[in-house]
Amino acid sequence: MDGATPQDWRAEGKARGIPAPIAMLAELTHRCPLSCPYCSNPVELARKSLELDTTDWVRAFQQAADLGVLQLHMSGGEPASRRDLIALVTAARDAGLYTNLITSGIGLTEKRLHELDAAGLDHIQLSLQGTDAAMADRIGGYKGGFDRKMKVASWIKDIGFPLTLNTVLHRQNLHQLPDAIDMAVEMDARRIEVAIVQFHGWALGNRSSLMPTKEQAAEASRIVADARTRLKGTLVLDYVPADYHSDYPKPCMGGWGTTGLNIAPDGEVLPCHAAQTIKSLTFDNVRDKDLADIWYRGAAFNAYRGDSWMQEPCRSCDRKKKDFGGCRCQAMALAGDPAATDPVCVKSPFHAEMQTRANQFAADDGAELHYRSQPLA
Amino acid sequence: MTRMLTSDAVPTLPRGVRLHWDRVREKWVLLAPERAVALDQIGHAILSEVDGAASFEAITFALAEKYGAPREQIAEDAGEFLRGLMNRRFLEVC
Repeated sequence: MDGATPQDWRAEGKARGIPAPIAMLAELTHRCPLSCPYCSNPVELARKSLELDTTDWVRAFQQAADLGVLQLHMSGGEPASRRDLIALVTAARDAGLYTNLITSGIGLTEKRLHELDAAGLDHIQLSLQGTDAAMADRIGGYKGGFDRKMKVASWIKDIGFPLTLNTVLHRQNLHQLPDAIDMAVEMDARRIEVAIVQFHGWALGNRSSLMPTKEQAAEASRIVADARTRLKGTLVLDYVPADYHSDYPKPCMGGWGTTGLNIAPDGEVLPCHAAQTIKSLTFDNVRDKDLADIWYRGAAFNAYRGDSWMQEPCRSCDRKKKDFGGCRCQAMALAGDPAATDPVCVKSPFHAEMQTRANQFAADDGAELHYRSQPLA
Repeated sequence: MTRMLTSDAVPTLPRGVRLHWDRVREKWVLLAPERAVALDQIGHAILSEVDGAASFEAITFALAEKYGAPREQIAEDAGEFLRGLMNRRFLEVC
């Protein structure tokens, strides 16, 4: 410790052109009743005994608000698996954060939802694994989950929580996209997130069972564009396209270390939820250091800020300020180098090979789903 | 349920959407589900008149008075701003 205060770190960061973060993802636990094969949690799950306790989280929320975070996304795993969820929501609101619960609905009772309402929860994002019980329960690996979720959705509607429906789509359920949009309207959701599966975490090992075909990806884009026009003013659609079938990469995290940060269940502070796949990075822990110190001075956050780390073809590319060279974790996974151009980009030397493999994965009709496991105690 | 922003319509911020003073960046923001919209002075002035009771017409009169600007111009600018929020589901009218 050198006696510096959060104000000092912010002044130092400002001088270096580093903005304060707007959003924080708090992964309260990796425990989850579901076992979706595309789970974005790391393959090495944080064990229950190493989870931050209530006091640690409350301190982190206060530090996040002091740092400039406005939006707190409480996620997991399943955040409802935390017995102190109500206390955590109360603390987040007390810190002045806009508080969003990202949940499958499993573990929420009507009573608990009323308690969350009283605690000041601002918004709920409910995940959808499929639009009928057969699909949803198979993908989630949890029998009865869909019926329970519909019950939870009706309580959410009765209480009046603002609702976003979040649906992850892949080769096995993409045909249900129009139904999912209809369901969002019926539930009075204001938003729907239509996310074609991104291949991080557990999804990377399930590419042959989940990869959409190029035709499916194009059809999804058409359906979303049509619904945006048709439902203007009724339902807002956020769309994450199938990036293996795209020509330019996603602007990962809106720029590394510029907009958001992530706290893993064990307190490790990450620039994005998949950053632990980049083994050359070291992460600070919120048990040991103030979030402002970690955000402005932490090695992992500074690793890919700005563009001095970029290689060609990114370095001289005019898109580098738009997409930042794409996703660092995907560059690591597919090109073997986290500083390489994301192979989704047409300018990457790995692009053609990646698209060929995408089409092979998409044609593997016999492939089985490999479900995610549970963290150790 | 989607209503037009007519002169007698009463705009209101729905549950889950609120004005917030961002003490770190020292500016007003509109917080909404998974969005934080930075407000300029004009945006903040308009939303400060949205109280769930005043009609759109009353809001434009109040702004015209307060800022000494022609009401037609205010109605056009405020209307465009508020309709943009309605399209994003950040504002409702009743």
